[in-house]
Amino acid sequence: MTFMKSILGTAATLALTAGAALADPALIYDLGGKFDKSFNEAAYNGAEIYAKETGGSYKDIELQSEAQREQALRRFAEAGFNPVVTTGFSMSSPIASVAPDYPDTKFVTIDGFVDPAEHPNVLSILFSEHEGSYLVGMLAAMASESGTVGFVGGMDIPLIRKFACGYAQGAKAVSDDVKVISNMTGTTPAAWNDPVKGSELTKAQISQGADVIFAAAGGTGIGVLQTAADEGILSVGVDSNQNYLHPGKVLTSMLKRVDVAVAEAMTAGPELETGVKVLGLAESGVGYALDENNAELVTEEMKAAVDEASQKIIAGEIEVHDYSADDSCPALNF
Amino acid sequence: MDYATLLQVLDSTVRLATPLLLACLAGLFSERAGIVDIGLEGKMLAAAFFSAAIAAVTGSVWLGLLAGIAASMVMSGIHGLASITFRGNQLISGVAINFLASGITVLIAQDWFSQGGRTPSLMGGGRFESITLPFAEALRGVPVIGPLYYELISGHSILVYVAFLMVPLTWWILFRTRFGLRLRAVGEAPEAVDTAGVSVVGLRFAAIAICGLLTGLAGAYLATGLQAGFVREMTAGRGYIALAALIFAKWRPWYALYACLLFGLLQAVALRYQNIDLGGFIIPVQFMDALPYILTVVILAGFVGKAIPPRAGGEPYVKER
Repeated sequence: MTFMKSILGTAATLALTAGAALADPALIYDLGGKFDKSFNEAAYNGAEIYAKETGGSYKDIELQSEAQREQALRRFAEAGFNPVVTTGFSMSSPIASVAPDYPDTKFVTIDGFVDPAEHPNVLSILFSEHEGSYLVGMLAAMASESGTVGFVGGMDIPLIRKFACGYAQGAKAVSDDVKVISNMTGTTPAAWNDPVKGSELTKAQISQGADVIFAAAGGTGIGVLQTAADEGILSVGVDSNQNYLHPGKVLTSMLKRVDVAVAEAMTAGPELETGVKVLGLAESGVGYALDENNAELVTEEMKAAVDEASQKIIAGEIEVHDYSADDSCPALNF
Repeated sequence: MDYATLLQVLDSTVRLATPLLLACLAGLFSERAGIVDIGLEGKMLAAAFFSAAIAAVTGSVWLGLLAGIAASMVMSGIHGLASITFRGNQLISGVAINFLASGITVLIAQDWFSQGGRTPSLMGGGRFESITLPFAEALRGVPVIGPLYYELISGHSILVYVAFLMVPLTWWILFRTRFGLRLRAVGEAPEAVDTAGVSVVGLRFAAIAICGLLTGLAGAYLATGLQAGFVREMTAGRGYIALAALIFAKWRPWYALYACLLFGLLQAVALRYQNIDLGGFIIPVQFMDALPYILTVVILAGFVGKAIPPRAGGEPYVKER
């Protein structure tokens, strides 16, 4: 009897999972973790939007180590999930090695890049971080009284330099006299989670005159925002809206609409169009955050100037240099 | 570099050296008693989390400090149980402590606060405020000494002063008390201590309890003194640098102070000047970050005097029958 029960139970479970797995989307978070108040959480929010709007369900996993990347991809692809959405630039090479084995499954990499010619079933979603950073750079320079603004990056990788470069260009666009101090926290992944170093970098930049500091540094940024608030200067958050962390002390946040990208990819389902998609200001893929926490900090003039610049970037009148295009930056030396 | 910048770099050095110093002295007690402790990192992390979590829940930084110390002492207890009582491999037990702390802090943080393995930001009484020493304001105007006293010596949280006072205290305990003599003997020749009728196991547990206390202070300083909350993996390798400093200091308290200040200075300089330009020759910041480890290797290789670890270090004591 019990044996029969368990066999039936197993069969039923199998049938259920097989049914449920049919073309449901899956989401793989990067090592930062699902609730990082930033990049990965934005992806989670996007998946929740999808679930709410379409009534569909999805499956997600938080990676715990580098070794799990390929394993997670294969598990989801084999279980029939489609599309498989991943966050973080580190997923691009695992996807490149897994994608050819599952030609019918669509893979999405956010922030990563996989060659569409070689892998026709992969969608690479990239953001024009330099454009969003340009706007917050302008805001920072306009809010600064000392004429010096700072940038604290996490791990020293091209993506973070892209942020720094856009930020510096925006600041210089306000006035050529604006000085931009840029520091990277480190060269290992530990640089994403070292708020103590973030604090020290902030203090060092303050003593060099900076009074607005932009942190694009994951968990390290928490230390930057905290110290900036303690020392009475302004800071700029990143990826998600971080204005609420220190109301009235965070000038704005550079937004990356990872949530929108994830929701769209999931809604498209197996019919997802692959290739390379770049989300910039024109696609509302990047932007800056304005809410009740920073309403008093961003004046009407500042807002008008930034919105004008935003229009010009969309129209192509202002060209923001992309660091990753040629690994150099006209406005900043690394 | 002007005087004000120099003071700022030295001020930063003191802040960065404090957690290293506490962890280094913790390792000193443990290793002097013959227990190799590679788990300093994990204990600091556990202490950082529990001090921040309890401070966030109760609003009292002192309760947080106690919780942090308790957490790292529990970790020490596990290490002791595995490596002293059950005579397991001390290195493996230490590595296990690191993994345990890394996982359990995020797990509990997520369960309690649901903020992605983070504690809420600490407000007001949940943080160690910096202390302004007497006469600091009044002496500020005095040239040279005034700013030195105001910027560098005054204005740190109480744990910094505790850490620096721990150095002479450690020296006194280890080299001027009976307990210290026995503790050192246990690290060199436990059989002799045993013959004299003193409990080897008891002394070793005492040593790792002190180790837990000090790493607790170090972790609490990171989360509630320097920062206003816990972030996952926030120790960022400081436990390992402290171990390097311990070897660099040849297991001596005063040298430990100098080693930690040197490593802190290297970090502070690297943070202040990303690339140092020495007349056309540029020292990259990565080199500055690696320098503590390079110096330790140089010391270990025996170029600058010899670093001789306690002789019974890493060996579980088995009583002869």
